[in-house]
Amino acid sequence: MKEYLLGNAAIAKGIKKAGSGLVSGYPGTPSSEIIETLVSLGGIKHIEWSVNEKVALEVAIGASWTGTRSAATMKHVGLNVAADPFMTLAYLGVGGGLVLISADDPFCHSSQNEQDTRRYAQFAQVPLLDPADPQEAKDMVMYGFDLSEKFNVPVILRPTTRVSHARSDVEAGPTSPTSEGKASFDKNPARRVSLPVHVRPLHRELLEKQAAIEEVLASTPWNRLDLKGDHGVIASGLSALYAEEAILNLGLDLSFLKIGTFPVPSKMIEAMLRHVKTVLVVEEMEPVLQEQVEMIARKVNPGIEILGKGDYISRIGELDLLPVKDAIASMEGISPETRPTLEIEKILPPRPPALCPGCSHRATYYAMHKAFGKNAVYPSDIGCYTMAVNMGTVDTCLCMGASITLASGIRLGGEEEPICCSLGDSTFLHSGLTGLLNAAYNKARITVTVLDNSTTAMTGHQPHPGTGLTATGEASVPVSLEAIAKALGAGFVEVVDPYDVKATIETFKQAKEYQGLSVVISRQLCIIKALKAGVRRKTLIVNENCTGCKLCVEFGCPAIEFEGDKAKINNLCIGCGVCASICKNNALVVVK
Amino acid sequence: MKTSECDVVIVGVGGQGVILISDILGRAAVKEGMPVRGAETHGMAQRGGSVINHTRLGCRLSPMVPPGGADVLLALEPAEALRFAYFLKEKGVALVNTRPVLPVTVTTGRAQYPPLDRILSPLRDRFGEVKAFDATALAEKTGTAQAMNVVMLGALSRYIPLREELLLDALTQVVPKKHLEANRHAFAVGKAEVG
Repeated sequence: MKEYLLGNAAIAKGIKKAGSGLVSGYPGTPSSEIIETLVSLGGIKHIEWSVNEKVALEVAIGASWTGTRSAATMKHVGLNVAADPFMTLAYLGVGGGLVLISADDPFCHSSQNEQDTRRYAQFAQVPLLDPADPQEAKDMVMYGFDLSEKFNVPVILRPTTRVSHARSDVEAGPTSPTSEGKASFDKNPARRVSLPVHVRPLHRELLEKQAAIEEVLASTPWNRLDLKGDHGVIASGLSALYAEEAILNLGLDLSFLKIGTFPVPSKMIEAMLRHVKTVLVVEEMEPVLQEQVEMIARKVNPGIEILGKGDYISRIGELDLLPVKDAIASMEGISPETRPTLEIEKILPPRPPALCPGCSHRATYYAMHKAFGKNAVYPSDIGCYTMAVNMGTVDTCLCMGASITLASGIRLGGEEEPICCSLGDSTFLHSGLTGLLNAAYNKARITVTVLDNSTTAMTGHQPHPGTGLTATGEASVPVSLEAIAKALGAGFVEVVDPYDVKATIETFKQAKEYQGLSVVISRQLCIIKALKAGVRRKTLIVNENCTGCKLCVEFGCPAIEFEGDKAKINNLCIGCGVCASICKNNALVVVK
Repeated sequence: MKTSECDVVIVGVGGQGVILISDILGRAAVKEGMPVRGAETHGMAQRGGSVINHTRLGCRLSPMVPPGGADVLLALEPAEALRFAYFLKEKGVALVNTRPVLPVTVTTGRAQYPPLDRILSPLRDRFGEVKAFDATALAEKTGTAQAMNVVMLGALSRYIPLREELLLDALTQVVPKKHLEANRHAFAVGKAEVG
């Protein structure tokens, strides 16, 4: 029976149906719903939100080495964090099948870069499955476990945003027959201890199995060759759907090769290149497939015309039906369709994503700026709070946890202005701890602010060790951020309630004056979580004292509007009361 | 060759319930035995930003509706209707909730929200059919402003190749039981509004 499933939900079903015993991951768009769906499906022995992606992959490897099928989920940049175990895992191999799911985000819908996970697969000599839609993603993840066991390598499933967050009718299909063997770690130092003497032969072994991996992958249903006219299209993953649809819409008699696996099926590419005179390679982001096509062409048909990245297909952003249609039309000498544009968007106000009404980050940043001033340097980090870039307190965002280390480098490199960096609670636990320890050890005089809203808000409110709850909602050890900060060597550690603006400004002033490493933990539950938990506060109104000075409007809360010549509170107000503290005329008051 | 039976683009503001509408369409399509494709906005963009959802009924290929390809534009907010109008076919239908949600650029005085007629008249000049009504007010009358998205779904039901009983079956699956009656009412009100 078919179901209308989100790509990530389809992947979750595949993981479960393949008989996985352990799934670990760190939240990151567009990958987060895989673990969330698995939690609601139930039936997996252990599911965890790990502290970061490196930890997640290592936990999955440990489970795999007991013979348990395991999966680790993350977004593309998470694989950078997990790259260290990943690269050597390719040598050491698996026990139970291990599938690493790394979700790419062309166009950076919700990411800091557009890196292409297929490069990592090539780099590590690890097979990668490139799904075009939710059905393929589900089928491929199940197949990935078999492939991993057959060749003793980890396997990557690489959905993109438009696969993970696409929906389609999906046939869940049968469950894999798996042996119910007892999990146990078998000692085998030659394959589990990466001493030089062990890894040298393993490197050779990894290279030697590539040809056999390619041959097996070539026979999977995700590679398909259809030889017709003497012009052709080769496309991978989701791009193959765009290409197929474009060819149908244009009514062309083109040869077509769909690629779904890496290493690529070189014999199918050879057959295509021998058949056609001109070929267009369609893929998002890096020319990974195109480079393979060009290498094979040198061998089998050096005179062939290969079109792709550059004039035909962009290396930046994501593809869609129209750019692919235009590229194919252009190859065929068909003039592209004219598309009249609407000259009407200029009148529209921009609607960028923004911090919620009543979000405590806005209050923290307001108080921080008051205390530290406009000349201070404000390294920041990755989370909802990055959206506060207009408040003057987000000067940097590089990668998870880099706020503290950049702040240290800025200070130790010679900057003399006050430095106050900020990062969220989940980010702090992900990769801020080592940076804080380093700042203490190397005597960086900076202030570190933990924006503690007690959840991983941006990716959909996943728990973390500070919340005292696991991925499956079980109670665990709640970790104290202030105790960690002290233990790592911060001399000044204070906890504030950002809704208490005056006290927060006062604490930030003390932190600024402190001659050492100071930590301010600004704690207030994420407003979305608070509202869901039933927290209700009295809303505010503007009284006759309002002079129209706009101080509150400039604060940027969506619940404050400016109407005529006075401020007005709209129905988005959740009653945090912060604007009342900002007003100099006592014009914002709680509704009695 | 035509590759989709009916392409629907649903737009609005994060939190208005855009995804619920497409979930209902997709479930009803599956019940109908019709292939269906969709694409959603998750993550950062959701926080009060513009959201767009693509649903392609009777389609096996791209998850996204191409610009100029939508048969129906369902807009839960008027400014968003205009922002994403370039997705609509010339002969397409625009169904627009006229109740504005002011973006933070307007509330902080950095931008102006245009008057409603400046939003609707270019749509009326350009497209086959434009039905604009205050779906939020209609939902409020049924007892819950939250059901605005279901009012819009009811209106949409007249323009898509999916049987009403299948849409209502799907609605029953996704809405909490205690709100079902209000939502069924909201659906009927929306359908009547564009009748």
